[in-house]
Amino acid sequence: MKTKIEEEGTNHQTTTESVTSNLKYIAVGIFFGIVFVKAEIVSWFRIQEMFRLASFHMYRVIGTAVVVATISTLIIKQFKIKTIQGEEVIFSERPFNKGNIIGGLCFGLGWAMTGACPGPMYGLIGSGFPVFIIALLSAVAGTYVYGLLQNKLPH
Amino acid sequence: MLDILRQPWHWSIAGILIGLTVPLLYLIGNKPFGISSSFRHICAACLPGNILYFKYDWKKETWNIFFVIGILIGGIVGSTVLANPNPIVIASSTQQQLMQLGVKEFSQLVPTDIFSFTGLLTINGFILIVVGGFLVGFGTRYAGGCTSGHSITGISNFQLSSLIATICFMIGGFLATWLLLPLIFNL
Repeated sequence: MKTKIEEEGTNHQTTTESVTSNLKYIAVGIFFGIVFVKAEIVSWFRIQEMFRLASFHMYRVIGTAVVVATISTLIIKQFKIKTIQGEEVIFSERPFNKGNIIGGLCFGLGWAMTGACPGPMYGLIGSGFPVFIIALLSAVAGTYVYGLLQNKLPH
Repeated sequence: MLDILRQPWHWSIAGILIGLTVPLLYLIGNKPFGISSSFRHICAACLPGNILYFKYDWKKETWNIFFVIGILIGGIVGSTVLANPNPIVIASSTQQQLMQLGVKEFSQLVPTDIFSFTGLLTINGFILIVVGGFLVGFGTRYAGGCTSGHSITGISNFQLSSLIATICFMIGGFLATWLLLPLIFNL
């Protein structure tokens, strides 16, 4: 369990990549950031509408994304599609721990307050709302405090 | 064409494109789609200290930093070349409720009376930005992921923990919206 938590969020590629090969992730990020802004997922108002059940925009976006991601994942598994480096795709198991609940509730509070999950924070900084640099630094501080207290928190 | 792209994008387009990011990242480098892990990599790279959670090969995860820098650049493109020329359209019930709380600015993506450097100096703005931001960073890492890592990647891989985490994200959001925000705005 312990090692699983420490491994979380890391990737499984075995081929070593050069610095320039990281440029393709910038490209995916740019594409993704544009979608975030243009679908107004970065908007504090859209998040408020979601939690006030006043609009189903966010539910539809996330719901569609989950369906598309699930079908894609099943296709990759079924046909054993390899990565462009020829590796087998590894899907991380995420065993349950109490952090999923307690941490999840904390994130939910922060999500409605800032109106931004981590992705939109980066998108908003680029969209001309530089005050989200402060929100981002605060989030990094929150992660640091989690790292500091990890052994003492229930998992 | 550019005029169409400048309008707010339909939810189905956004949903499909975000969903496709999952297989795209898997296939171009065996990368699990997740964004909040970038906070951990920033800590590990800048201030690892003597903390076990930050002792790992973060250099192998630089792709994630490149990815979030890309999101930031995407934000620039989306708000300049592809900027929506019209003010944002907000559900009237939400706008009324927010006006009653004391929100004044409704023309941009975020209420700029709160989410700006002048807003940061007010008690409301400080709590929403700084405390809210802290909870996002602490909560996502404690939960082991955010909307992308759990709600999209985890659920698409049938992980029960991701479904539970997502339900808790929503409960936390409802609590903050209906109970915390009225308290914060009354300070």
